[in-house]
Amino acid sequence: MTAADPPVSVSSRKWTNPFAGIWRRPLTAAALAVVLTVTVAVILAPLLAPHPPLAQDLLHARGGPSASHPLGTDELGRDVLSRLLYGGRPALLGVGVAVSVYIVLGMSLGILAGYLRGWTDRVIVGLMDVMLSVPAVIIMLAVLAIFSQSNVAAMLTLGFLSAAGLARIIRSSCIALREELFVDAARVSGLSAARIMARHIFPGLVGLLLVQMCLFSGIALMVQTGLGFLGLATPPPAPSWGGMVGEASQVMEQSPSLLLISGGLIGLMSVAFGLLGDGLRDLTQDRRQGTGSRSQRPVPVAVAKDTAEASDTPPDAGVLAVRDYSIAFATPQGPRTVVDSVSFTVNTGEIFGLVGESGSGKTVTGLSLLGLLAPNGTVTGGSAWLAGRRISGLPERDLQRIRGSEIALVSQEPMVALDPNFTIGSQLSEVVRRTGAVSGGKDAVGQRVRELLSSVHLRDPDDIARRHPHELSGGMLQRVAIAMALAGSPKVLIADEPTTALDVTVQAGILDLLRSLRDERGMAIILITHDLGVVADSCDRAIVMEQGRIVEEGSVEDIFYRPQHPYTKKLIESTPSIARTEGRVA
Amino acid sequence: MFPIIFRRLALAVPLLVIVSAITSLLESFVPGDPARTILGINATQEQYDALRATLHLDKPFAEQYWLYLRDILHGDFGSSLFSGESVLALIGQRLPVTLILVIGATVLSTLVGVLLGVYSATRGRVSRRLFDIVSLLGSALPNFWLALMLVSLFAIRFPIFPATGYTPFAQSPGQWAAGLVLPVIALSIGGVALISKITRDAMLSTLGLDYIRTLRASGVRPASIVWKHALRSCGLPVATAIGITMIAYIPGTILVENIFTLPGLGTTVVDATNQHDLPVVQGVAITFTMLVIAINLLVDVLYSLLNPKVRVA
Repeated sequence: MTAADPPVSVSSRKWTNPFAGIWRRPLTAAALAVVLTVTVAVILAPLLAPHPPLAQDLLHARGGPSASHPLGTDELGRDVLSRLLYGGRPALLGVGVAVSVYIVLGMSLGILAGYLRGWTDRVIVGLMDVMLSVPAVIIMLAVLAIFSQSNVAAMLTLGFLSAAGLARIIRSSCIALREELFVDAARVSGLSAARIMARHIFPGLVGLLLVQMCLFSGIALMVQTGLGFLGLATPPPAPSWGGMVGEASQVMEQSPSLLLISGGLIGLMSVAFGLLGDGLRDLTQDRRQGTGSRSQRPVPVAVAKDTAEASDTPPDAGVLAVRDYSIAFATPQGPRTVVDSVSFTVNTGEIFGLVGESGSGKTVTGLSLLGLLAPNGTVTGGSAWLAGRRISGLPERDLQRIRGSEIALVSQEPMVALDPNFTIGSQLSEVVRRTGAVSGGKDAVGQRVRELLSSVHLRDPDDIARRHPHELSGGMLQRVAIAMALAGSPKVLIADEPTTALDVTVQAGILDLLRSLRDERGMAIILITHDLGVVADSCDRAIVMEQGRIVEEGSVEDIFYRPQHPYTKKLIESTPSIARTEGRVA
Repeated sequence: MFPIIFRRLALAVPLLVIVSAITSLLESFVPGDPARTILGINATQEQYDALRATLHLDKPFAEQYWLYLRDILHGDFGSSLFSGESVLALIGQRLPVTLILVIGATVLSTLVGVLLGVYSATRGRVSRRLFDIVSLLGSALPNFWLALMLVSLFAIRFPIFPATGYTPFAQSPGQWAAGLVLPVIALSIGGVALISKITRDAMLSTLGLDYIRTLRASGVRPASIVWKHALRSCGLPVATAIGITMIAYIPGTILVENIFTLPGLGTTVVDATNQHDLPVVQGVAITFTMLVIAINLLVDVLYSLLNPKVRVA
């Protein structure tokens, strides 16, 4: 190391090249190359074109490609390549005019509204609302009805009317930038508003402007060539891309290739503008997230073959048994193991605690038993058994039959755990029909739904069934969620932090309910929690997990009175309510 | 729900005023004398003066505009400078074809777009990549060119559908429908790309929600989760996409009608533009603006129907 890194300036935004890193994105680079090449070729048309665009050679009309006519000739024997080169001029001129107005007007309105706020903002936003609702194309036609064949007047109109869209985008990112530290610093140091906008806000918007510029260029090109196609923007016989498509459409039976060439070039440019815009947007986002150009694709997790041959025979104890169970997630940095060789057994009629802080792997373990890991998660080793049947590695189709009827889930946030668009009754009925083994029609299903809602101690089940989730309280919703989990009479119920999101007064009621359900139905409940108070209150046995490993295992009494592992001790000490619960355990 | 509708309607008034003002303002730029243009050189001075009076050309601009606005509010859009036909009658006669195109394309692109979007959200990486490419091409390739390719394929190479022309429904329902197939498909391509993309994105984020996991954990069938529960939640973004698409189809009809020579507002307005027939262009501009306002209202109503919280409250 010979030189120190340059100090990072906090007081002003560092200029970043929006094209930096483009070479690592071949598609974006290719799109840029297409746009630049075609634009330069069109500008240099008088130098590059092999023939004058209007020169007719009727002897060689509709000729194929030849040395003197690389792309052939049209129905009047005019050279297609030359006409394409010259025909790009009105198209790209129109795009240039529209984009200039779009950028200048949209940026000015957006920055003014977003930085000054107040009345300026309100007036501009009102103006934008109206501008966005005006049908731009039809106003362009009205302009063309007056300024006949005026490409520039029409495209000015398009840029003017579309600028509101850009202004809206600029305004919102400007409001965000306004809150950033370096802008605050500039304001405090007494810089004028105009200077702050020009020196500090504008550089932050360059990337965004370029992206919008590319996307709008595509739109403008489409509109300009559309006008050309209708014969409204360029008086014939002068060539224009849109006009050439129109001419080709007259003779598409005789020479279909003309249509392919002229339209294909417009399409190529338009696709290139779109790809360039999307690519630049991704580059900007990558930089913002500091991930550079590294591929964001997660590195997949290799699934290890079962090492222990013993895993083919079911463990003889417990309704649920987990053996040497490991789970890994694919991340862009490579596979990350979140559960590491975990083994435990849960018995019928037992409430089994799965304890740990967030990130300890307890929820992931629970979800994986249901086959509900996020798509980038994989069980990488070991096995899980439910009532003597191996459930790890089962195909999705078989897992669907088990879920709800053999093993069920109650999740953490009751407010978002139910479908907001359907009534409680409708959702429960669907689950009952699917898993509840109810014979009979609608009445039997309705009866079963009422039974389920009563069994979780909800008063007036008929009323509850008619409600949408947003009409019920968190505690009531959690009871509904438990009812739903009970619909298929599962052998094992996994309750993932079932009380965390609820008020303290409601928590005890839910835990009481779980205990009484266990007593009535004799099912096993796996209670996933970070709250040792809940464990002391409700569990028979528990395991404590830290960073994907089991660090403590045993009866609740053992864990509280004879903790072996320092982590458990720390956990007990850091739980303020433990003095109270310890008294209750004893 | 009602405040949103009032806001829309409140916006509609200045919008109509502005659109009519822009077009009227343009009228004052008309080269030459419109009255002279219509009547030709053989008209008498009396005829000339009478026409100037009906077109309000003898008044200053502000009064001209005010009288025009008053006439519009009374349902009088003036008459064509070219044919002398009443603009309102002309619009009434041409509007149905445009509406059929817009509605047909909206229905088609909604069905195809939602199906494609859901399919690509629930399939693997390869289909997603393929979908991206098709959607990029669908939205970036020039619509009029794709329309011509459809003609060259399905009307010329394989003459299944007529290439151009319109048969009134009353004359032959079968030919009427056959003549609309290609125009409707051509118009809907861009919309399919947008709707399927929005559906796909909404579907992907919905499938990661808690309640979807609850449903899966309860053993609900994947088909029901995707098509009933998740799709229902995609209602708002998809409705927005359908609204945007439908609004884009209105100017889109201009190109499509001209390619397939259908007697709609799009062909009317292009002919009027070529003939400097400003009253007709004005009339079509106001009709299009009102269509945009109506579609926005429709989307707002759809919104409140799709959102259970708004509906119940």
